[in-house]
Amino acid sequence: MTNSTVAAGAVERHLRARRDTGRGLLLPYVTGGITPGWTDYLRAFADAGADAIEVGLPFSDPTLDGVTIQEASDRALARGASVRRILADLAGLPDLGVPLVASTYYNLVLHDGPGAFCAALRRAGVGGLIVPDLPVHEAGELSDAATAAGVEPALLASPATPQPRLAEISRRSRGFVYAVSLMGTTGERAVLAASAAELTERIRRVTDRPVLLGFGISTPDQAREARRHADGVVVGAAVMRRVLDGAGPDDLRAFLTTLREALDQECDPPR
Amino acid sequence: MRNLLPWREPVPPDGTMGEPGTRGRFGEYGGRYAPESLVEACREVDQTFREAWADPGFRGDLARLLALHAGRPTPLTPARRLSEELGVQLYLKREDLTHTGSHKINNVLGQALLATRMGRRRLIAETGAGQHGVATATAAALLGLEATVFMGERDIERQALNVFRMRMLGAEVIPVITGSRTLKDATSEAMRHWVGATGDSHYCVGSVIGPDPYPWMVREFQRVIGDEARGQFAAELRTGVPDHVVACVGGGSNAAGTFAGFADTPARLVGVEAEGGAGAARGRLGVLHGCRSLFLQDDDGQITQAHSIAAGLDYPGVGPEHAHLRDLGRARYVTVTDDEAVGAAVRLARTEGIVPALESAHALAWVIRAAGGGELPSGSTVLMTLSGRGDKDVSTLKELL
Ligand SMILES: Cc1ncc(COP(=O)(O)O)c(C=O)c1O
Repeated sequence: MTNSTVAAGAVERHLRARRDTGRGLLLPYVTGGITPGWTDYLRAFADAGADAIEVGLPFSDPTLDGVTIQEASDRALARGASVRRILADLAGLPDLGVPLVASTYYNLVLHDGPGAFCAALRRAGVGGLIVPDLPVHEAGELSDAATAAGVEPALLASPATPQPRLAEISRRSRGFVYAVSLMGTTGERAVLAASAAELTERIRRVTDRPVLLGFGISTPDQAREARRHADGVVVGAAVMRRVLDGAGPDDLRAFLTTLREALDQECDPPR
Repeated sequence: MRNLLPWREPVPPDGTMGEPGTRGRFGEYGGRYAPESLVEACREVDQTFREAWADPGFRGDLARLLALHAGRPTPLTPARRLSEELGVQLYLKREDLTHTGSHKINNVLGQALLATRMGRRRLIAETGAGQHGVATATAAALLGLEATVFMGERDIERQALNVFRMRMLGAEVIPVITGSRTLKDATSEAMRHWVGATGDSHYCVGSVIGPDPYPWMVREFQRVIGDEARGQFAAELRTGVPDHVVACVGGGSNAAGTFAGFADTPARLVGVEAEGGAGAARGRLGVLHGCRSLFLQDDDGQITQAHSIAAGLDYPGVGPEHAHLRDLGRARYVTVTDDEAVGAAVRLARTEGIVPALESAHALAWVIRAAGGGELPSGSTVLMTLSGRGDKDVSTLKELL
């Protein structure tokens, strides 16, 4: 078990502090630039009780995303979204009171180089980063740049990851450990995958960092069930399907509130 | 079109196309940029391939399949009438004469055997021109496996004959309707599918792209082209080695397999890309489909769509080893236009009685241009890999001619 509280950055300290009160963590996702007033979603997420917010920087070839986030990415790009414009939008926002975590594919990180990319995130007020096509053995270059810029890259762990590698991922992950609940792409699912419980249990054996379950979590019932295993949930496609169908910030606030309440029904005793 | 990058003189002795460096690197390119869910599957492919490639039993099984089913060795044909017109000595390595009609079968038979060694019952593949899909469907039928082939909707339209062939062979062909609806999107979709199917399926990547070990493994399965040609030249030429070795480059598998046979010789290596899909000649550093290499991108870092009349060259990147050979100056990458390729296809048909695939016609178009423009001094000996036959392109050509 690695106890890394001392080295923890701002995102991790925030998540640990909330977790340690017994609260289940909620990390909703939105594709940056999806609508003209897209940053209003962020305010709605914070109001609904999000503990951090994931902002997708859309990429032309999202190879780990299912149809919903693919379509959201295409739509945002067709509207002219780019890393530069999305970060400019974020830089202009008043403080939301919760950390922002960017997520994107490694090609966009490499475009200006990991150093410049992480510095730009920091300037826009983004504290964390998720790169689904950057596995731990290739992450050294980004980790160094992120540390220098004060950005926390969270690494993904999968049901297929062997135990020694899970330990390595947990040790090198920053902010939290992103547990991919199932062997598949992002997208809504009818039930929480059976692999989710086993994976989170295996991660817990090697770290005390917050563990968030993502991929497929779409309903309050699934969030409640996920919370029994993990410290919280990442909710992406279920949010973006609603956005693609025309739901506005108020609709999303209402949806996320149902997830918040579900998580609150499964709270741990405070540590 | 101009030739974009020079060889280094004399050609450097490194870059002899051996094993990649640590973590699957060719210089700074390559690597295993796969989602965590695929890392374990890649590791298993890597380990199984290393064991198999060192196992005489596996080598023997593959050699038998290549001989009995693919029709290897393929001839080295002197293109006599065309050589005379061009003032060079042009030899064609006839991958068009393999069973299924292109070099793709060499790689697929290797990977299909590997899949059975790993206990997988299904092959997943992406395809552009349909040649890799047909080869995969063929190998699957031969070895009693299932095949699922992802193909862009646009390619399904322009390569209808190959779609029919795949289905006749028992493969499932899944149309891909995202993005440019060509090879890039078919590859993304095949990867997505593999994430959910690693337990029973092997992803049979069709070119020297993808996460480690694919670029290296596919090149090794294709090096039979270069190794055979090397032996054939030893008998044919006093010098034993041609002055120039030329092949078309989509992802770069027929070129890599050809170059591998000559990397340790003074032969000048030339990869010919489509003007609208010139990853090696015009790409910039990036990561796509599991590897770090050169990709066509816009100013924001989004991958741009390739455009080529040849579906198999319609890919916005190039395999990592080609990026490395380019940087070393060991190989040179040039481009030709759709029109030049079509002209070359017609010329080969009328001088040698061979209708080439439009992909292969790109390589010939450069030879024709270079011979006319003095880049190939008269009397030069040239090996060109004729990667496939043109039957699949007849309807495209019919529209144009
Ligand atoms: C006949 C033929 N040549 C060449 C290619 C390009 O692939 P590669 O560059 O991997 O050889 C293809 C791909 O579909 C093909 O069918």
